[in-house]
This record gives sequence, structure tokens and C-alpha cells, in this order.
Amino acid sequence: MSESTHSPASPSDVRIVQEETSGKNSPSTGTLSTEDVHLIEMLRRGDEAAFVSLIDHYHASMLRLAQVYVPAQSVAEEVVQEAWMGVLQGLKRFEGRSSLKTWIFRILTNCAKTRALREGRSIPFSSLPDFDTKSNMSVVDPDRFLPPDDPVAPGGWAALPSSWENIPEDRLLSEETRMRIETAVMALPPHQCAVITLRDIEGWSAEETCHFLGISEVNQRVLLHRARAKVRQALEKYFEEE
Amino acid sequence: MLISNKLTCKEVVELVTDYLEEALLPETEAQFEEHVASCPGCTIYVQQVRQTISMLRKLTEEPTFPETKEELLQIFQEWKKE
Repeated sequence: MSESTHSPASPSDVRIVQEETSGKNSPSTGTLSTEDVHLIEMLRRGDEAAFVSLIDHYHASMLRLAQVYVPAQSVAEEVVQEAWMGVLQGLKRFEGRSSLKTWIFRILTNCAKTRALREGRSIPFSSLPDFDTKSNMSVVDPDRFLPPDDPVAPGGWAALPSSWENIPEDRLLSEETRMRIETAVMALPPHQCAVITLRDIEGWSAEETCHFLGISEVNQRVLLHRARAKVRQALEKYFEEE
Repeated sequence: MLISNKLTCKEVVELVTDYLEEALLPETEAQFEEHVASCPGCTIYVQQVRQTISMLRKLTEEPTFPETKEELLQIFQEWKKE
């Protein structure tokens, strides 16, 4: 890296298209926020604090997403490490056509997919997009509802679900609850796991998620619906155990 | 005025995600809200889904382990030398 003697990297080093109205990322239209431009500049200069901030921001999320492709934690950790190396090596060439986040996560999924292939695993979203969105599977056991010919409440709840309102806060936020949720998520079929991870755990928007995974909004919603229902059910079971 | 075929609980449960995503057509959305407003079972169910989502969001509050950070910083130092 010989850039330490440069004057500050000029904007032409990174072709920047910035949003005029706000500094916010717009991942689907590929514009860089001012924060990202600054961060990239600092990284290229070898600023360690900039790299630490990047790690703090993305590492845990990258690990989680890697586990969608390669579930074993130790393997996922290796994948993420490879991804960071890819990020550093690719910094010089990064043109800012996509957001920093999208770019980093693409590198991550490329590493994850390569590794998954090496391990003989199947890759979510690599094949036909129309995966099982047609089945009219209900997400709650149909036995929990009264039949359509019930005289009083056709299709109504046979028994009320138990409210979680009275569960003490510290149980809701406990380590064990956390582990149950994580287990439930990791037990999901890979497509559902990917969508719920990005949407509900990482907080990505529907648009970002669809764009990143290359799926339609409808597909994404179906997957999210099924995934959330399974996790809810796992939690329900857990809370009923006591 | 629309003659609504009122939604059953079984149907409402299948519409929850579309509702939260604001993807329902206005009439269906109105029927959904109308149903939930007077249905204790579905009120609880929707609450559970919302709570599930909020608990999922909290999973990201994990710190990065210091050993991992050390390893990554080493990678960074080596990259700088190149």
C-alpha cells in the first residue's frame, strides 16, 4: 500500500454517486453514503480504526449469513475470515457502484457458496426461483381451528393460543430463549433461513433482501411467512414447557 | 359497500405476514383489522408474531469476540504490508 504519501484520495479514485437529499445508502440503486465514502478512504490509507469499525458493524451479521450456507460455526468463521481478506484485497478496485454493505455481503456469499460447493452442500437460491411457493400449506396446524361446518365459529380457534404478555421480561430476553430462537432459525430450510435472517435478524428491507437474493417480493413474503410461523411455533412450545 | 365474506381465524393466520408487510389490498386489510379487533385468539396470535420478530431483532446484539478481532486485525496488518 503506497497511498500513505498521497494527499487525501480524490473523489475520482472512487466513482461516487451520492444521494443529494440524504446520506442514506440506497442499495438497490447503488449509491454510496458519505459515511461509506469516508470509511473507504480511511481503509485505503490503512487506518486500523476504520477496519475495526467495519468489523464491529458487519462481522456478526456476516457470520450469521455464512451459516445459512455452511451451518457449522467453525467453517462459517473461516468463510468470514476469507471474506474479510477478499474485502481488503478488493478495496482498491471498489468503484462504489453498489453500497459498501451490498459489496461486502456479496463477497461473503461468494466465499460461502464456494465453500458450500466444496463441502458438497446444496446452495440456496442457486436453482430455479420458483421453489415451492405454490403449495397451499397452512402455517398453523389445521387441527387448531374448528372445521368449516362448525355451527358456531367455522374456521375459528378451537382453543385460544396462550398470550405471552405475562411472561416476565427477563425470561423473554434470557440466554436460553435466545438459543431456542437461534436453533429454530438454523433448523429452517435454507431458503426460509436466509430470508428470515436478512429481514428479521439483520433488519434488511424487503427490497434489499429481494435484490440481494435475486427473488421476487412474493417469493420473499411466502418464505418469510413460513419461517416466522415456524419460529413462533418453536417459541410457543418452549414457553408452554414451564 | 363491499359485502365482505368475513375472514375466518384460519384465514387470518395465513395473512399475517402480508398484513405486516403492508401488502394486502385495502379491502382485505380492512377485513383483517376488523377481524383481529374483535377476536381474542387472533389478537394473541398477531402479538406473538410481532414478539417473535422483535426477539429475532435482538439476536444481533451480540458482540464480536476479542480473539476473532485479534485475528482479523492481524490479517489487516499483513494486508497493509503488501
